[in-house]
Amino acid sequence: MNTTPSSPPQRLATGEPATAAIAAPGEVTFILEAGRADRNYWADLWRFRELFAILAWRDVAVQYKQTVIGIAWALVRPLLTTLIFTGLFSRIARLPSEGDTPYPLMVMAGMLPWFLFSTILTSASGSLTSNSNLISKVYFPRLIVPAASAAVAMVDFMITLVILFALMATYSFAPSWHLIALPLFIVFVILAALGPAFMMAALSVSYRDFRFIVPFFVQFGLYVSPVGFSSKVVPESWRTIYALNPMVGIIDGFRWCLLGGNAQLDFVNLAIGLAVTLAFLWLGIRTFRATEKTFADLV
Amino acid sequence: MMGSNVAPNIAIAAEGLGKKYLIGHESADQSRTLRDAVSGAARKFGRSAVNMMRGQAIIAGEQIEEFWALRNLDFTIEQGDVIGVIGRNGAGKSTLLKVLSRITEPSEGRVTIRGRVASLLEVGTGFHPELSGRENIFLNGAILGMTRGEIRRKFDEIVDFAEVERFLDTPVKRYSSGMYVRLAFAVAAHLEPEILIVDEVLAVGDAEFQKKCLGKMHDVAEHGRTIIFVSHNMTAVKSLCTKGIMLEGGMIRTTGSIVDVANEYEKKGVQTSTYEASGSSKKPTCFRRISTEFHDGALHTAIDIASASKDRMIVNLRLRDYLGSPIGMASLGGYDPELMVELHPGDNRFVITMPCPTMANGRYFLDLDLERPYNHMVDQVVDNLSFEVSRVPAAHARLLQSGWGAGSVELSAQMVRSNEPTASIASRALTAPSV
Repeated sequence: MNTTPSSPPQRLATGEPATAAIAAPGEVTFILEAGRADRNYWADLWRFRELFAILAWRDVAVQYKQTVIGIAWALVRPLLTTLIFTGLFSRIARLPSEGDTPYPLMVMAGMLPWFLFSTILTSASGSLTSNSNLISKVYFPRLIVPAASAAVAMVDFMITLVILFALMATYSFAPSWHLIALPLFIVFVILAALGPAFMMAALSVSYRDFRFIVPFFVQFGLYVSPVGFSSKVVPESWRTIYALNPMVGIIDGFRWCLLGGNAQLDFVNLAIGLAVTLAFLWLGIRTFRATEKTFADLV
Repeated sequence: MMGSNVAPNIAIAAEGLGKKYLIGHESADQSRTLRDAVSGAARKFGRSAVNMMRGQAIIAGEQIEEFWALRNLDFTIEQGDVIGVIGRNGAGKSTLLKVLSRITEPSEGRVTIRGRVASLLEVGTGFHPELSGRENIFLNGAILGMTRGEIRRKFDEIVDFAEVERFLDTPVKRYSSGMYVRLAFAVAAHLEPEILIVDEVLAVGDAEFQKKCLGKMHDVAEHGRTIIFVSHNMTAVKSLCTKGIMLEGGMIRTTGSIVDVANEYEKKGVQTSTYEASGSSKKPTCFRRISTEFHDGALHTAIDIASASKDRMIVNLRLRDYLGSPIGMASLGGYDPELMVELHPGDNRFVITMPCPTMANGRYFLDLDLERPYNHMVDQVVDNLSFEVSRVPAAHARLLQSGWGAGSVELSAQMVRSNEPTASIASRALTAPSV
């Protein structure tokens, strides 16, 4: 073991005393210290935007390589789920649709945001551990990793959206002007997913228990959210509490955009959902930022 | 204290820098009864739950120990310096690089860094086997901090340097390992940060390519960039760096000109003829203890290998001279699978004899690898063992000394007087050697 006493500052340089100096403009200076918050964090995040794009592109490019049916996998999952849910909730449980919308269309309009939510949550929460080789060898704002894996979910989402339009065409169902609000709800669902996703991603680095919790949570959420049925089947008195699940407002919103006048939009529920979403987003980013610097030691 | 308070020509200033890890040990007595096992598991669960509530990481093992990988580091690096960080395995070199490249946070003290940092701690970080060479250049470039425009501008240069033109659209999983390394280094070599941090990356690739990489790094250094370089190859360190930092047990032992630091390091290497796996680096299968000694014209090495299961493995013994340049390698099982080492679960002791009757007198380093076939490295002991060759010369004779700089192997030659033209002698010697 080493017995060298701690020596006075050894200067490799000319031995010039350290004096106060202001960094030249345009120069990057940063200070590394335990627990020090990074002032340039958000600027750094912007500087690394190309890394974000390229990681997202990598995951998309790789996702369907060496599969037999390739991108068709993105079709199989929503179509089969629609079929099963229609059979289960419409034929067996005899639940009503929204207005006179065909039941499969209503299911698919609800499934669209749900799958986006669950895919983001699942892939983002595992993203740090699956990119451990990067995290232990290179610096970049770690928030990029779960965010990039969220971008991959958008590809599947877009494919499902196209299927839905195809399905609407076969039912000769025309969307109304409500469709213009769809991008807003897409942003809404992404925000709703990112909050818990950041939190799960950060927690699953230290506690691998979350590898088991997330799939369970997603499975459970599918039945708690009005994916296979209309939110109107929930008794009136429970609706406000039900709206605490942001997916309720989001799914209603998607149905309102896609199915036109057959679905109604409850703005109070929507506001509750948005508040919960923003609270989770804040909590998620906070948790992530607080533990981010230890990832390389733990992953 | 806010802001930077270091002189303007300083690229990196560290004050009281330390990095602590918590490591856990399993207690030696193993639970014998079911009741012990259950109560042990319950205790562990309780502790993990408490850790989680407090937001701390879970540490496996019964006793937890603080381990300072770095402690009380004070140094400054000027802009344009090329610094070699040297020290034995476990001295804290890699941890230092990780802290400086912002991968991990220091536990105490502070570092002020002026300028953009790019770190190359591994060759080909983030390479994806399914993607083509072209795609991986963009991916790896972005990971190392280059913009797309920058990569596009240097693309042809990178491809030229790597010599992979014909395979640009082939997935890199089909590349030979040489091509893979060349491509990966080529991308990194074209980084243009103000501060470049490079860990033991020259250890891979063939000699020709290593030379090319060193040349490239010389170019970078000449452009006034600050470089921090870690390598076990002392020849490379000495030729590239101007200044050095020697670490020992997580603290600075010497700093100064590279020549002084390297001399100190080589002198330090003299005493160690034994190696003992340290608590923190213990893997289930590893070299546990090694001792080596040269006598009677042969190197005798006793090794204890701990093995997790019944297994067959390759043991390599690699020799390097006092400058760190490789001399030769003996392999048990690497060339001929019949010679692989049979391991039983638990401890295995072997004695290896390696005759080296013509080695020059002097100090040498011995590195050992424990690997599974096809380069699956299980454990490595690098830069930890050294031995002294001291053959006794016959009366009136002298022996080659490695310090003469003529190499490490004493060759023999015979000479007879002759009147024949040289060409015919050479051809006859080839067909009918007569000694």
